Amino acid sequence: MEMNIRTPITKEIIKKLKAGDEVLLSGVIFTARDAAHKKFHDLLQRGKHVPLNLKDAVIYYAGPTPPAPGKAIGSCGPTTSSRMDAFTPELLKLGLGGMIGKGDRSGAVIKAMKKYCAVYFLAPGGLGALLSTKVKSAKAILFKELGPEAVYKLEVKDFPLIVGIDSKGHNVYDTVKRKKE
Amino acid sequence: MREIDVSKIKDAVTELSLKANFELRKDILKALKAGVKKETNVRARNILKSVIENAKLAKARRIAICQDTGMAVVHLEIGQEVALCGGSLKDAVNAGVEEAYRKGCLRKSVVGHPLLRNNTGTNTPAMTFIDIVEGDRLKITVSPKGFGSENKSMIKMFRPTDSVEEIKRFVIEVALKAGPDACPPFVLGVGIGGTFEQCAYLAKKALMRPIDERSPDKHIARLERELLKELNSLGIGPMGLGGKTTALGVNIIEAPTHIAALPVAVNVSCHATRSAEKTL
Repeated sequence: MEMNIRTPITKEIIKKLKAGDEVLLSGVIFTARDAAHKKFHDLLQRGKHVPLNLKDAVIYYAGPTPPAPGKAIGSCGPTTSSRMDAFTPELLKLGLGGMIGKGDRSGAVIKAMKKYCAVYFLAPGGLGALLSTKVKSAKAILFKELGPEAVYKLEVKDFPLIVGIDSKGHNVYDTVKRKKE
Repeated sequence: MREIDVSKIKDAVTELSLKANFELRKDILKALKAGVKKETNVRARNILKSVIENAKLAKARRIAICQDTGMAVVHLEIGQEVALCGGSLKDAVNAGVEEAYRKGCLRKSVVGHPLLRNNTGTNTPAMTFIDIVEGDRLKITVSPKGFGSENKSMIKMFRPTDSVEEIKRFVIEVALKAGPDACPPFVLGVGIGGTFEQCAYLAKKALMRPIDERSPDKHIARLERELLKELNSLGIGPMGLGGKTTALGVNIIEAPTHIAALPVAVNVSCHATRSAEKTL
């Protein structure tokens, strides 16, 4: 059973999601990967604001390929989420509702997700061509000088995701590990 | 001597960079299809089917299989009877990569300095490796390497008295640590022997051999088969969400080494293990 959800991803939506659920996400999401996260962090360290409204927003850990002429976007699968772990709790504190990536998260991230009520989704890694068909528009809105690492505003339709870690801290990878044992 | 103009090498590098990024290797596709048949877990089977669908879409629409179009690793086997003319070889390789990544809308993922981290905007320099071999041919292999899996690669200097079982445990441990981050099902390239740097290079080179082709050395071929079987009993599965398909292939290349040493390098690669080759 797939669940259809839309951004902004409110606490009410987040609380309903359970690790392992399959979700089709529609609406606006923002890409940000290593360099953009470092910039957010540096701004916060200097007492400045992150120039993006993160309340109930969804960040996608991705750096797409450039679009071919006439297309919205190029290949656009997820990158490894754990590289963003160190920068994540401070963004959750600002109201970030959801994150999309691949792989497991740190204990500190999961703790902050429980505290601020957030959800972590898995997107299928290495399926960038397929995922590009779910993106209706893409626009670089921040840090354009970073090229593929800029923050892009994406409008997605039925983006296929699995709830990796829910707001209670349940983790789909733990379930896999338990099964193996 | 046979003369080869470097502009021909440039054109070949462009062609191969595009081909490798748009067309999944036949041996990989075959292993994915075998995985679909073998999986009893519905989610695992569906993920593998999506991987195959992704490959079909990429080829038909000329869009990158994966957004991490990698660093372009270019291997050149140059016959010693070949005379290169028409300019710089390395410039030609880089020009070929730059053209492919621009024209093919591939991602520019190279920073010019590892600490200053300025994107070069061209996906160059390529990682160029040159082997001088006998004959008058020139073989080019372009292998775009994604770093989700590259980051999980490891090298270990074993004692020469360590057992094959200990080597196997290390390879399995690398796969377990790579887990869902490196886009399983994996292809593992393993180097055994040589010096520190040669061992790592052999691991990379091993990824380029078709995964349905075993090593000509019977001891190594047996190790490849045993490792593949053990990896597929780990239960990591596609996307790390469980299943019987954790690795699509294990390729090992061995080399003579020192009496004091037994280096083992594991180069982790994802289900989008890419390469394309051509002989001039």
